[in-house]
Amino acid sequence: MITTTDLTKVYRSRGREVTALAGVDLHVRPGEVYGVVGTSGAGKSTLIRCVNMLERPTSGTVTVDGVELTALSGGENRAGKDLREARRRIGMVFQHFNLLSSRTVQQNVELPLEIIGLDRTQRRRKAAELLDLVGLGDKARSYPNQLSGGQKQRVGIARALAGDPKVLLSDEATSALDPETTRSILKLLRDLNQQLGLTVLLITHEMDVIKSVCDSAALMRGGRVVESGELTDLLAEPGSELARELFPLSEFGTGHPGTTVLEITFQGDTPAQPFVSQLARTYQIDINILGAAVETIAGRMVGRMRVELPGGHQDNVVPIGYLREQGLQVDVIGTANGAAA
Amino acid sequence: MSGLSWDQMQELMWPATQETFQMVGVATVCTVLVGLPIGVLLVLTSKGGALQNQPVNKVLGAVVNLARSLPFIILMIALISFTRWLTGNSLGWQAATVPLTVGAIPFFARLVETSVREVDRGLIEAVQAMGGSTWTLVRKTLVPEALPGIVASVTTTVIALIGYSAMAGTVGGGGLGDLAYRYGYLRFETAFMWIIVAEIAIIVTVIQLAGDLAVRRLANRGRGGGRTRLLRPRASAPAPDEDLVAS
Ligand SMILES: Nc1ncnc2c1ncn2[C@@H]1O[C@H](COP(=O)(O)OP(=O)(O)OP(=O)(O)O)[C@@H](O)[C@H]1O
Ligand SMILES: [Mg+2]
Repeated sequence: MITTTDLTKVYRSRGREVTALAGVDLHVRPGEVYGVVGTSGAGKSTLIRCVNMLERPTSGTVTVDGVELTALSGGENRAGKDLREARRRIGMVFQHFNLLSSRTVQQNVELPLEIIGLDRTQRRRKAAELLDLVGLGDKARSYPNQLSGGQKQRVGIARALAGDPKVLLSDEATSALDPETTRSILKLLRDLNQQLGLTVLLITHEMDVIKSVCDSAALMRGGRVVESGELTDLLAEPGSELARELFPLSEFGTGHPGTTVLEITFQGDTPAQPFVSQLARTYQIDINILGAAVETIAGRMVGRMRVELPGGHQDNVVPIGYLREQGLQVDVIGTANGAAA
Repeated sequence: MSGLSWDQMQELMWPATQETFQMVGVATVCTVLVGLPIGVLLVLTSKGGALQNQPVNKVLGAVVNLARSLPFIILMIALISFTRWLTGNSLGWQAATVPLTVGAIPFFARLVETSVREVDRGLIEAVQAMGGSTWTLVRKTLVPEALPGIVASVTTTVIALIGYSAMAGTVGGGGLGDLAYRYGYLRFETAFMWIIVAEIAIIVTVIQLAGDLAVRRLANRGRGGGRTRLLRPRASAPAPDEDLVAS
């Protein structure tokens, strides 16, 4: 639904050059919620702003719903007709809401409808529908100043949905909100994604946001995507940075000398099997559980457990093989007297 | 000590007041009609604006600055033939509106520019992201959002015009300023002069209060009324102490 190929963006100001994007290939499939994380300055905002051409990429292409936006004319601030048309089908929500203080909530939602050219009665009806959808039907006549942050963002979302977009872009839409409000806004985004089949590309710096709403994620650093994919795949990938961030086990113990420490990840139904006791019984070994956690990620239950087996790696090849046969992902994170396997 | 009776004074003051209102009224309307687009254009053509265009911006800015630095009296004399061509006359309040308008346009345009520039960049982006054209941006975002500042600018401009209408009046425009000058200075009717000055002061005060009220109403859209309104800081308005033209 959204594809970027080799996207670069270089800012030039007073002779100095800043490479904000250094070749980004992003592929967001229809109907998914795709999260982009990364440290400050990684280029996340630049990336999302390139998707609807609020920034003109220096090179590379952006295609949204089959339309190559980079091929449409118009500068950053003055879009050509085709680009304006295309933008009407891409909703965007902002960290600071960007609602017009001179308009009521309803009039704010009507603004994109005015741009599309609907008449008054159609606009009224559509705005009322959208406000009901985001749970603000009773606030139509209020001004943005009379709303809480969460309510403002709901208005922002209603406004973004006015043009019946297939794609919603969100740059830190919850960063100005408290945790509770954040949860309710994320739930709304998730509901809209499921009800309307809306594709969502969101930027965040909170792993919790990724964990609670995203199907896929990308990690950005220094203008590049260093890791990306579906969360369930990432969790199954040994050494995945995103997986480790999503599911940190670092606070758990690291084992004793002369033992082997394993990290076992299981998804979906696997934990139904009592694999720890089976392992202990089958191989007659004492298993020390160092730590375990279970979470719901991308709507699936995912668990991770760190266990300690007696003896070195050599001694445990067979039990590890057994666990892998059970469909578990096993990472040998270290033998206590030295290097990782 | 005054040689004029109160009735005589009133007879003189009434038409003069009308002339002042006509001069200032017509000049204000023309100033807003021309100055508002110029002010908006100054923002749009500047760097990062929707119609970014350095040459146009530079030229427009230079013309505005030049017009603002011209002493009003010079402007009036320089415009005599233009005025005659436009109004068919170089005397009377109709003629006085021409230099008043020309003098006030750059002043007002700069005030508008300041207000429009203060509109949050995020709002502009939101409209662009919706697929709005530059015209939509101006009509539905920049002007409505800057309206409190623009109204404050109109107030400031009207008051400045009242001051300058006195000068325009002395060269044939009539009005209150002219009356005060003719009777106070030329005929030593000091008391009458002060009465006229008081009238002008009252008019200015009423306009300022009405303008402030309108600005507050606009700036507080949706902020609720009552006590909280009084506790809020005043809406940011361009400094009212700028001069119409450096004279
Ligand atoms: N208009 C601009 N002009 C010059 N440099 C810019 C501009 N916008 C962004 N940059 C630079 O590009 C880089 C990426 O910025 P960007 O805003 O995309 O980061 P980000 O990942 O969104 O960070 P944050 O998490 O703080 O929002 C930064 O080094 C920034 O300084
Ligand atoms: Mg950012």
